[in-house]
Amino acid sequence: MTPVCGLDRIDRESGVTALVEGHAVAIFRTYDDQVFALSNFDPFGRAGVLARGIVGTRGDVSFVASPLHKQAFDLRTGQCLDDPTVSVASYEVEVRDGQVLVGGRRR
Amino acid sequence: MTDQEQPHRRQQLVVVGHGMVGHRLVEAAIERGLTETHDITVLGAEARPAYDRVALTSFFEVGAKALNLLPRGRYDDPRVSLRTGVEVVAVSPRQRIVTLNTGEDMHYDELVLATGSYPFVPPVPGKDLDNVFVYRTIEDLEAIRKAARKARSGAVIGGGLLGLEAANALSQLGLETHVVELAPRLMAVQVDAAGGRTLSRHIEALGLSVHTGAMTEAILGPDRAGRVTGLALKDRKALDVDIVVFSAGIRPQDALGRAAELVVAERGGILVDERCRTSEEHIYAIGECAAPGGVMYGLVAPGYAMAEVVVDTLLGGEGTFEGADMSTKLKLLGVDVASFGDAHGTTEGALELTYADDVAGVYKKLVIAEDPEDGTRRLLGGVLVGDASAYGVLRPMAASGLPLPDNPEDLILPAGGGGGVALALPADAQVCSCNNVTKGEIEAAVDAGCETAADVTRQTRAGATCGSCKTQVKKIVEDHFAAQGRTVDRSLCEHFPLTRAELFDVVLIHGHRTFDQIVEAHGTGRGCDICRPTVASILASQLNGHVLARENRTLQDTNDAYLANLQRNGTYSVVPRIPGGEITPEKLIVIGEVARDFGLYTKITGGQRIDLLGARTEQLPAIWRRLVDAGFESGHAYGKALRTVKSCVGSTWCRYGVQDSVGLAIMLELRYRGLRSPHKLKGGVSGCARECAEARGKDFGVIATEKGWNLYVGGNGGAVPAHAQLLAGDLATEDLVRYLDRFLMYYIRTADRLQRTSTWIDQLDGGLDRVREVVVDDVLGLGTELEAAMAQHVDCYVDEWTATLEDPDKLARFVSFVNAPDLPDPAISFDTARDQIVPAPAAVDLGASIPVGAGR
Ligand code: SRM
Ligand SMILES: Cc1cc2nc3c(=O)[nH]c(=O)nc-3n(C[C@H](O)[C@H](O)[C@H](O)COP(=O)(O)OP(=O)(O)OC[C@H]3O[C@@H](n4cnc5c(N)ncnc54)[C@H](O)[C@@H]3O)c2cc1C
Ligand code: SF4
Ligand code: FES
Repeated sequence: MTPVCGLDRIDRESGVTALVEGHAVAIFRTYDDQVFALSNFDPFGRAGVLARGIVGTRGDVSFVASPLHKQAFDLRTGQCLDDPTVSVASYEVEVRDGQVLVGGRRR
Repeated sequence: MTDQEQPHRRQQLVVVGHGMVGHRLVEAAIERGLTETHDITVLGAEARPAYDRVALTSFFEVGAKALNLLPRGRYDDPRVSLRTGVEVVAVSPRQRIVTLNTGEDMHYDELVLATGSYPFVPPVPGKDLDNVFVYRTIEDLEAIRKAARKARSGAVIGGGLLGLEAANALSQLGLETHVVELAPRLMAVQVDAAGGRTLSRHIEALGLSVHTGAMTEAILGPDRAGRVTGLALKDRKALDVDIVVFSAGIRPQDALGRAAELVVAERGGILVDERCRTSEEHIYAIGECAAPGGVMYGLVAPGYAMAEVVVDTLLGGEGTFEGADMSTKLKLLGVDVASFGDAHGTTEGALELTYADDVAGVYKKLVIAEDPEDGTRRLLGGVLVGDASAYGVLRPMAASGLPLPDNPEDLILPAGGGGGVALALPADAQVCSCNNVTKGEIEAAVDAGCETAADVTRQTRAGATCGSCKTQVKKIVEDHFAAQGRTVDRSLCEHFPLTRAELFDVVLIHGHRTFDQIVEAHGTGRGCDICRPTVASILASQLNGHVLARENRTLQDTNDAYLANLQRNGTYSVVPRIPGGEITPEKLIVIGEVARDFGLYTKITGGQRIDLLGARTEQLPAIWRRLVDAGFESGHAYGKALRTVKSCVGSTWCRYGVQDSVGLAIMLELRYRGLRSPHKLKGGVSGCARECAEARGKDFGVIATEKGWNLYVGGNGGAVPAHAQLLAGDLATEDLVRYLDRFLMYYIRTADRLQRTSTWIDQLDGGLDRVREVVVDDVLGLGTELEAAMAQHVDCYVDEWTATLEDPDKLARFVSFVNAPDLPDPAISFDTARDQIVPAPAAVDLGASIPVGAGR
């Protein structure tokens, strides 16, 4: 796993972009300090922007809304909540000693 | 050769007169497909295409362009040709030819006369002197305005509806104004004696002199320049006036018909049958020149109905003209006056119910019929002076013969009564008389997918002409939603069961400062892309804090989050503020240098400033360092906030300018810069009525007058353009700023999310009048509070970019990668077009999965 940054570099309910093995990964921290990692690439807008989206909840699901056209993605799985046929890759991620570590792609 | 031998020959339809009704005929013909078989030629004597004569008086405020009913000067349908400035001088029914004043003859298969009417000028000595006018065309008003510049006082002869409009105009032009009426009261046709008295009192309170029962003997003069010197009245002192306007009634323009030996009605007007056909088979007459069944109608709505009937007839339809409602509602010199149905109680056995409050200047009368059999009472008509808010309910009620509720007095008693009485109108009740739209048609439009009253107006035209039925239309739409259980859910999103305006109040009352406090107290969950930016905007409006302050920065919408506009490829655009569009060469050079040094695409925006595009996140601080050092600040192109106050060159340079529009625009832009609002806000200031700054296309627009500033509100461009409407006229700068402070704060507090000022005003109960009451008359007593809120905004303003550059915590966010802060994102690349960069299609797709077939 690749250490990326201290957890305190990520505001609660927001994201940062990290470069992991040449890939742009969006890392999010929720209100309850869970951490998730998705591909930063917005498949609708076709640009690397997801880390800059607004983080919130739909029902119990934490999601990020693309800053381009607001499609919502489930932070846990990368599944698009507005279109079942679309998803973005999600990555292994954990916090150890206050450091965020990103692993490989989940699927 | 007959038509039968040439079945495919296109029919020639000639229309004489391009006034309101002639224009409507052509529109209906195009809409309903008559142009598939007919070529239409319209011949109009006036130099300009049809304009809104009903709104003629607003010409002084809005100019000729705004009144134009055909802005492009021609119809989109190529089978219609319009010729203005040509007069038809003769009609030969047997040859089916019209002769023009150019000498040309023109053949027709069908002819429609829509020649309107002309002002009646009684044979008073002196009527041909200079400075004696009538009040019918834009040219008349232009001439009056010109004469008014050198005049002190004026008299209008005639105290009817049009006379009062003319008096209104003279008084707006700054003249001491007299109204001279032969009858014992004003508006004798529409209102009764008591209503007339109330009206006179109102008008006198506004500083006009009313002379009723006064007979004009002669117009005095001429002075050395050939002009009027006064007005002699029988048995009264002469009036010392420099201008006289005749408004003593209209006469149908039926001369062409008479000369062609068409049958003319006893009291004038070309006699037509219920299909609007004259005594000649192929000649129709519509509008004010026609007299269906011998009656001439001096209103536009019956004319529109006649136009529809003729189109229907030519299409082979069965439509007929069945007479029309002569109801009127208007605001004269700020006084509501309405009259509808049998206003004078001429029906046999009619009862009258009146309410009068001399102090408030309100007079209302209902004319009621009681059924001798079962005692049910029906409304026949009425008169409303001083408060016509009940008109929207009462007029359709009278028209549809609905039984009255048990306490009919509630309909006209103040507060709680009037428009407030819940009444179920039948589906066939006509709600919009200008465009003949019934309640049923409005509901059908909602069923067919209209979501708002504005949609319905676009779809059905209800509310699009005089506007007096707008509140009624809105109510029907809302009631219809409610009846279907489709209560328009106005909660913000799943997290807050409140509207934006309610949330604004809650936050203000509790003094909340963070999203956490607000969602814990009034919402559920952790918010979303709708409520988080809304809360951010509310907090910014109330606390004037920095949008990137730690506690609230994760609420900010896309663009605010990086104080720049996100572009399609993930880069940003940078728009420094250029207040009023004024900029020194030095500053222009700095912008050029920054753009060059950072390799940015550069474009002049539609908002009189310069956009630098293609900046990467990590470049933004360095770019702004350079800009801030050169004296620039954020232009808030990224915010739901004040954008620009556009200006024209104004009186400093322009040979037409009457005030310093640039100076005012800069002052206003600096005053309101950084102001967060429900949607973006734009302003404009023009130095004269030529309106080069397009101020009336802005949320607030200011147009200079000789005496000060006219303030317009509620304009925008975009997908649904709206022209701003006059809120208050001839203001001193100080009053202008005060009204604007109040207006903007009132909007910020009560509008919905993403609602521009125009839609906000439309959905307010009472519309623009309500805004005027709150902002100008201060009926809610909120004035001082709203001004104080604005004063606080002005005091607390700091440039967001300067503050960001000074704060390492805020700057830390402007990186490409958290673990490689200055490494450009490899996913961003550019091509070149016309010597500048443009986004290249995204090259790398890092792990997204879009199945085949779902591409977009
Ligand atoms: C840059 C500019 C186009 C240009 O190159 O000229 C522009 C660009 C955008 N406009 Fe605009 N508008 C620009 C002038 C206008 C104007 C003209 C004007 O201001 O005089 C209008 C019509 C006037 C008006 O607003 O009423 C205009 C009507 C819109 C609308 C429709 C608003 C509406 O009420 O219907 C949108 C959509 C929205 O805001 O929801 C929009 C939205 C946008 C956005 C912000 C779309 C977005 O969310 O990304 C565009 C990106 C701006 C950026 O810099 O990345 N833009 N836009 C202009 C910036 C002016 C400035 O200096 O700030
Ligand atoms: C100040 C004012 C306020 C008004 N307010 C209201 C109101 O509040 N509500 C309401 O319902 N109505 C109102 N009216 C009345 C309304 O404007 C008229 O009912 C309407 O304009 C009639 O339309 P029209 O097409 O029949 O006639 P017009 O609009 O007068 O058009 C007739 C046109 O035919 C042209 N013409 C005439 N003869 C010839 C010829 N021989 N050859 C070629 N062209 C010719 C004329 O030049 C004119 O342009 C108002 C009118 C005025 C003047
Ligand atoms: S609006 Fe008037 S003052 Fe301004 S530039 Fe145009 S003509 Fe000149
Ligand atoms: S009644 Fe005039 S617009 Fe509807």
